[in-house]
Amino acid sequence: MSHLTAWPVFLPLITGFFLILAHMGGIRLQRTISFLATLGLIALSFALISASQTVDYHVYLLGNWAAPFGIVLVLDKLSALMVTITSLLAVGALWYAMTTKIDEKGSHFHILFQLQLFGLNGAFLTGDVFNLFVFFEVLLLASYGLLLHGNGRLRTKAGLHYVVINLIGSTLFLFAVGALYGILGTLNMADMAAKIAVAPPEDLGLIAAAGLLLLVVFGVKAAMFPLYLWMPRAYANTSAPVAALFAIMTKVGIYAIIRVHGTIFGDEAGELAHFYVPWVLGLGLVTLLFAAFGVMAARGLREQVAYLVLASVATLLIGVGLNSPEALSATLYYLIHSTLIAGGMFLLADVILRGRGEYEDRFESASSMPDAIMIGSVFMFGAIAMTGMPPLSGFFGKVLILSAALDSAWFAWIVSVTLVAGLLMILSMARSGSLIFYKTRPQGKDTSGSVMGEQLNCMAFIAVIALFATSPVLVLFAHPITAFTDVTAMQLFNSTHYIQAVLSTEAVATTATVVEIKP
Amino acid sequence: MEWLISFSIGVLTATGVYLTLRARTFPVVMGLTLLAYAVNIFLFSMGRLTIGLPAVIDKYAEEAVQYSDPLPQALVLTAIVIAFGMTAFLIVLALKARGELGNDHVDGVEDSPSSSVQQEAK
Repeated sequence: MSHLTAWPVFLPLITGFFLILAHMGGIRLQRTISFLATLGLIALSFALISASQTVDYHVYLLGNWAAPFGIVLVLDKLSALMVTITSLLAVGALWYAMTTKIDEKGSHFHILFQLQLFGLNGAFLTGDVFNLFVFFEVLLLASYGLLLHGNGRLRTKAGLHYVVINLIGSTLFLFAVGALYGILGTLNMADMAAKIAVAPPEDLGLIAAAGLLLLVVFGVKAAMFPLYLWMPRAYANTSAPVAALFAIMTKVGIYAIIRVHGTIFGDEAGELAHFYVPWVLGLGLVTLLFAAFGVMAARGLREQVAYLVLASVATLLIGVGLNSPEALSATLYYLIHSTLIAGGMFLLADVILRGRGEYEDRFESASSMPDAIMIGSVFMFGAIAMTGMPPLSGFFGKVLILSAALDSAWFAWIVSVTLVAGLLMILSMARSGSLIFYKTRPQGKDTSGSVMGEQLNCMAFIAVIALFATSPVLVLFAHPITAFTDVTAMQLFNSTHYIQAVLSTEAVATTATVVEIKP
Repeated sequence: MEWLISFSIGVLTATGVYLTLRARTFPVVMGLTLLAYAVNIFLFSMGRLTIGLPAVIDKYAEEAVQYSDPLPQALVLTAIVIAFGMTAFLIVLALKARGELGNDHVDGVEDSPSSSVQQEAK
């Protein structure tokens, strides 16, 4: 049993502990430790990917208790992929936070950041539903702290809504998990799937209700219609690196749907096999439409980017809702793209906000910002990637999802909603781009004592460029990446293998002898 | 005992939902606390309701003995701790919002009817 599976969970946790101690050593020491640990996480995640290529499932028994009795960590290709995306995004966000000194605007930024990574990686690797709940709470509590980092009235207000809605989500999660445990008598996902296959027919209704309740919980996390209303304001009002890191948070919900529902209600579930799929597809379509309206109606750039994130989540939901290996593979490709580009867009919105001085990111005509040509061209690049226009990866992702939808009975709906929403988003991005970069007031006339924008922080801008650079990489290496996502999707659809792998893993023999004491 | 437990869970949940939908932060905090209580009792009862049974299996008993399921009890402990921490955080956040936004409305702005009532009270 290799300990590699457990390292991505424990490295951020241990780093978090050391960062608390390093608090006395000043911000530079904290930055060094935090950044090195996050770079280490990237190295680890690539090791995980290569490990997941050789063996299909790495099952790590925590405390050396065999599967249904103890908690397991399971590393498969999807987990490795999610951990990799998280660590890449985290390095970008962390670099931006350090170079713009946002991390100094409140204490404990780095600690919360590492604990957030701890929660995220744990959620991606666990094979136990209650443990998933615990990791959700870990990442949520860290995210509450990060969301409020740096203060501000709007931030507090949006933070309050975010915390309350997530607490309600946690309560529902417990109700769902409790109901499932009451019927099935287990919390291990693989064991649950095995138990549902042989569940008596009179219990199926209750299991389905609990499963849909779980879908509501993951829908809150993923910002699925009608549970997305907390999301645009929270993302628009928090600090840029946090918003960038939160680009992965909505994807945690998507991941949980793929993992939990895909495993528990897989092919073996009899009557309940894939019963949740029409809900995901239908709600995904509605979410996409509302996201496009939100993109059009946004009054500021950050709000607009938040709605664009919502649109990408909706596209992913549609991909999951199509429920075929091809669609899932396309979904994973789009997931890599949308997470990293959305993170870059939030950082870029902050760069623009700083450049425009007191106009911030509001869609009003302001005097031209420093280095407008440079920022503007990067903005155009990001907008093309984000809205899914050729030649960048957003376009490929959408084409893959739409071509996987060809056989679906909902094909007409999917194509029309996706294309109309895409057109609306392109129009609004073109409008906001021209408003920010072209319709500027001539310099010098603005003498009303307005605060001029900051010069471009080149070091910080590297983070934006690095995150955006993943888009051409995704296009250039589209073949190996789609080959990987194809295999991953096939692996996810073979949930029988997952169940067997988890339940057949035996505890490592220990040298300690058990002394039997007769009473 | 079953009806008493299910009745309490129902009442706690209903009260919790009602309070969570209120417009002031303090009732919302109370509502979330009540919801947490409801879910704790619910989790506990998912191990089936038993009286006077140990939560451990007697390995050396002569015949198969009954025991109460220990796992939901562990789950409830975890849930209590988490809910406790979250409530504490929420109260601090509500206080912060009260200080920064100048009122305890969840949206940070007074509704027009309630503010007129306040003005009348003044």
